[in-house]
Amino acid sequence: MAITEDRPLALEAGTITKVAERPLGALTRPQSDVGWASWFTTVDHKKIGIMYGVGSLFFFLFGGVEALMIRIQLAAPNGQFLSESLYNQVFTMHGVTMVFLVIMPMAAAFANYLLPLQVGARDVAFPRLNAFSFWCWLAGAIFLNTSWFLGGAPDGGWFAYAPNTSVTFAPGNGMDFYAIGLQIVGIASLVSAINLIVTVLNMRAPGMSLLKMPVLTWMLLVTQFLLLFAVPVITIALFLLTFDRSFGANFFNVSEGGSPLLWQHLFWIFGHPEVYILILPAFGIISEVIPTFSRKPIFGYPFMVGSGIAIGFMGWGVWAHHMFASGLGEISVAAFSLSTMFIAVPTGVKILNWLATMWGGRLRFTTPMLFACGVIAMFTIGGLSGVTHAVAPSDTQQTDTYYIVAHFHYVIFGGSLLGMFSGFYFWWPKVFGHKLSEKWGKINFWLMLIGFNMTFGPMHVLGLQGMARRHHSYAKEDGFGFWNGIVSAGAFVIALGTLAFLINVWLSARNAKRNPVEVGPDPWDARSLEWSTASPTPVHNFDVEPIVEFQDDWWHRKWGKNDEGKVVRKAYPEDIAQDGSATDVHLPSPSYWPLVLSLSLPMIGYSIIFTFWLLIPAGALFLAGFLGWALEPADDPEAAHGHDDHGHDNDHDADATADAEVEGASNV
Amino acid sequence: MTDSMTTTAVDAAVDAHDDDHHPSDLFYLKIAAILALFTGLEVSTYFIEDSVSEAFLFISLSVLMVVKFVMVAAYFMHLKYDTPWFRYLFIAGLVLAMGVYTIFFFAFDLFGLG
Amino acid sequence: MSEATMADSTMPDSKLPDSKLPDSKLPEATAAEAAEIVTAHNADQGGHGTTTGISNNKLMMWAFLGSECLLFGALISTYLLYKERFTGFAEGLAPFDEDGRNIGPRFGGENGEGVFDIPFTSVSSFILLGSSLTMVLALSAIRRGEYRSFRIWTLTTAALGSVFIAGQIYEFTEFVEKGLGFSTNIFGSAFFTLTGFHGVHVTIGIVMLLATYIMHKQGRLNSDKAETVEIVGLYWHFVDVVWILIFTIVYLFPQ
Repeated sequence: MAITEDRPLALEAGTITKVAERPLGALTRPQSDVGWASWFTTVDHKKIGIMYGVGSLFFFLFGGVEALMIRIQLAAPNGQFLSESLYNQVFTMHGVTMVFLVIMPMAAAFANYLLPLQVGARDVAFPRLNAFSFWCWLAGAIFLNTSWFLGGAPDGGWFAYAPNTSVTFAPGNGMDFYAIGLQIVGIASLVSAINLIVTVLNMRAPGMSLLKMPVLTWMLLVTQFLLLFAVPVITIALFLLTFDRSFGANFFNVSEGGSPLLWQHLFWIFGHPEVYILILPAFGIISEVIPTFSRKPIFGYPFMVGSGIAIGFMGWGVWAHHMFASGLGEISVAAFSLSTMFIAVPTGVKILNWLATMWGGRLRFTTPMLFACGVIAMFTIGGLSGVTHAVAPSDTQQTDTYYIVAHFHYVIFGGSLLGMFSGFYFWWPKVFGHKLSEKWGKINFWLMLIGFNMTFGPMHVLGLQGMARRHHSYAKEDGFGFWNGIVSAGAFVIALGTLAFLINVWLSARNAKRNPVEVGPDPWDARSLEWSTASPTPVHNFDVEPIVEFQDDWWHRKWGKNDEGKVVRKAYPEDIAQDGSATDVHLPSPSYWPLVLSLSLPMIGYSIIFTFWLLIPAGALFLAGFLGWALEPADDPEAAHGHDDHGHDNDHDADATADAEVEGASNV
Repeated sequence: MTDSMTTTAVDAAVDAHDDDHHPSDLFYLKIAAILALFTGLEVSTYFIEDSVSEAFLFISLSVLMVVKFVMVAAYFMHLKYDTPWFRYLFIAGLVLAMGVYTIFFFAFDLFGLG
Repeated sequence: MSEATMADSTMPDSKLPDSKLPDSKLPEATAAEAAEIVTAHNADQGGHGTTTGISNNKLMMWAFLGSECLLFGALISTYLLYKERFTGFAEGLAPFDEDGRNIGPRFGGENGEGVFDIPFTSVSSFILLGSSLTMVLALSAIRRGEYRSFRIWTLTTAALGSVFIAGQIYEFTEFVEKGLGFSTNIFGSAFFTLTGFHGVHVTIGIVMLLATYIMHKQGRLNSDKAETVEIVGLYWHFVDVVWILIFTIVYLFPQ
């Protein structure tokens, strides 16, 4: 039964469309894009990005509390704060939370908000799928954390080595929550990766060739490819674990011939690309921040892009450096040791390029710039300890000690997290229409930097002194007490720094409300397309699809060369930015179904853990969500201002005015 | 506003262009027949297993497997005629999988204690 | 528009390339120019308004299939590893079932004739291969607007797929009866996981085929929207291709 069209095809300019009646009952698309309820049905990449950001910050506090609990336990010898069982749960969940529920969704926040803007699009290729990714991630995150109340959190470490995580050695539900929770979160990542890859390839503004895209877009693109190919591997590993634990399989049953190394290989084939998934977005962020605050273009753009791609490729060939002490055999160890040393090269290229960008530039040490410089310094330290790990004989001493803990925190916290904070401070005005306070930003930065080094610096020493990882406590005779005390104190300094950030967020919002200051489209005099719109970004992004001529195109619209070859200003942002006043832009309609579908997934998880009877309502919800999504109308008919311009419909009306975006977007 | 006639012309070109690349049903039948033949050859190895060397079996079966794979991908999945982007995406996944799992297998097979 | 000032001329010369446009005109094209550039991108691949000219949905499916290579690669690798370990384990030290039978794929079962039934599985292979042919014929048909043929070929593909699944289920129950189950040993776990994942993929494919049939009956799928069928077809052929690998690697390779 087709939907007939009996309205005039073209509305006259200035016609006010009225709110649609609801011809299809429950299957009509929701219409509102304001109000709190609209957040549940939004398919707007910007709102989804904000939700990822809020979610990741929330879990950052969770994971931070877990870290503080660890540090209280380890502050002095023979700690009694946490029982051994609880300690295992806390450090496992700290790791799982920070990797999957903080850094990855934080990167997703930036990717979702910025990537369409940076390529000049109005949304991602598949807006509903994008919403689904977010709700799926949130469902998985909450599912994972309900384990605390439902039999105990996962306690096998974030890397979950089998058979330690088999039912024999990890009875209880914790590891089931781990396996299923990460599957759900993995679906979110995989789906999002496909979405963003198609967006970058297919929805760039006219003139934006791949080599004119901002470095952040490139790094995010490489990240999505890494996700695309790495997530399936951990998917299988987690299925094997679930099959063993819940369905009697023998994959990690050593007495039947099962191999613990199978788990390790599968996990780390995912796990190593995963760490590049964690760091590349941060590298991309600071590649935007540093040129802006050095007033110079990124040094060696082709090398920045190329090294990112190289890291993406080479990251697949180094995974067993996480397994040097597991009995791999000499040739394997030597081969992976060599490949691991090589992978330092492209990262080194990036560090040099960032420094070269700053060299000779007019530096402004705003908060985002401070964080970006922090990344360069801290990641270099983490990278150097990483090089010592590449050397297999020394790694054999370091592995399972706090030296490793130091390394990966320097690269993840010092690299990824500081990079994300740089991004928060940089893009806050674009997203929210006001800057974060510079004063509190600096307090935030210095507390975090000092606290961070207090916490993780001494861990190098502790590791070399022989303090083992994942141990619930240590004896007085070990002599670890002094540095552990410093480490624990440092953790609380980090907490203060985090508090400073939260205060900053609150204070800045309050001040902006009381004394609203028009922050303008481009408060930092930046370089990429997202700064060419009003702040906060208008809901339709661009009034007119930008035509791109250069890399750093927005910069070239503001600055030009005079006859003597000197750089002079051509225009001011306020005069040439798109002010968001277009009213005839057709955007994808909101939808309930991504949320509904994603709710079925944790239900399926609970049914595997507790009772298969739950599969009935879970399956029903899954089907309802699926069908509702598939059958709902492509867009609200009333919202089609004059023509049905849906790429999916193959309508041959290529009216590419303000609606140009919709032609590129699909109705998934 | 884009002239709708221009658009129609463009789309006519799209369709014509597309049709050039769509093989006929007969062609597909031929491909299927060849695939069936190869499958028959594969199955026949089961019956002659004891009279030929293992190496011969491995090589011939592998060759047949790869040829069938390529044929289905190239013709049924239209990879041969479509934009190279699809080929890149698929081959990237394929090559990566083969590379990674080959290394994996070596790490186990030759030296692993497991 | 504000005038360019000299005040910022102390900036480091930042190697700005010379604009191809005269300075007075910012590269802010009119809507018409934008449209032309966009239309030019439409050239050939059925993607309307996309930068590469490729349709978003098709690109999505191919990206997904690329990721599936890693998925099935892991399953096949696990299978091969555990087949090796099991067989090695079996030589002289094999796990036996309670009746003393050496449970293995080729040399197990009653009277040692093997658990696998190659002739039976071969028929399954032909059936799945045939379903790929009918799939591609279904796509041809809907492209040409031959809707009756489309319906027949689509249902045939789904039917052949269902026969394949029925065959798998029958085979698996036979194996279990002969003593090779999912939990029996590492070989059983790996075998059933690999073939089970494949079977689930086929089943999802059947559901998608039926969905396209229903959508067509509802008038939502016609020759303009043949791409939907093409995308389901891509998935279906991929599932067939994985079977090509499984059939050879699991069943036909000498043990």
